[in-house]
Amino acid sequence: MPVRIQTQDFDAGAEIAALRRNRPEVGAIASFIGVCRDANDGTAVTKMTLEHYPGMTERALENIVAEAKSRWNVMEVLVVHRVGELKPIDQIVLVVVTGAHRGEAFSACEFIMDYLKTRAPFWKKEETPQGTRWVEARSSDDEAAQRWSPPKADVA
Amino acid sequence: MKLKVLYFAALSERLGTRGEDLDVPPAVTTVAGLRTLLMGRGGAWESALAQGKALRVAVNQEIALPATPVKSGDEVAFFPPVTGG
Repeated sequence: MPVRIQTQDFDAGAEIAALRRNRPEVGAIASFIGVCRDANDGTAVTKMTLEHYPGMTERALENIVAEAKSRWNVMEVLVVHRVGELKPIDQIVLVVVTGAHRGEAFSACEFIMDYLKTRAPFWKKEETPQGTRWVEARSSDDEAAQRWSPPKADVA
Repeated sequence: MKLKVLYFAALSERLGTRGEDLDVPPAVTTVAGLRTLLMGRGGAWESALAQGKALRVAVNQEIALPATPVKSGDEVAFFPPVTGG
């Protein structure tokens, strides 16, 4: 499965090793790991809870992976996203892309994260010394996703 | 017409529910119509679903627009802009 939602942590090294096992045609592996920070918007964050929409999340991520594979000549893609309670330093998300060359692998990896940020139904709730708050969507994330030309489905 | 309606994150907290099975009148044929029907409950429903609020809607787990049709058996979800990653 190229897409996994889970509460438990992940081991990026083991995931990458599994993705490229017996694949001598792979010449480049691009990866991204998003982790939980101890502050956001100038306020300390002690804990966060990630909620998602089971079913739609997997479908949205699979669509994003399919879109990346249609745009760039890459081989395998893996997306692992955690849900539930996370603390600063904890890992949140892993994206791995393998390909023959680095350029396409880098681009596909960045595209997947930009689209995940704006299209996959996850929501973060932070605990701060002032109480809990839902994280607001950032316009900079929308702008990052809009750098890429829209998929055919959006143009229609 | 029977719909399964879901609410997520800050919106579900504001409304005090995560979802419900709804029997809606046949006049409701689109996402916009359903939103107006729910706003008619007043109180938190009227304010949280008001036009101009940053709100996303999915029909059968695909992102939808106000004009997207809804039909019996559909799963319709309302939620705030997403913040994963």
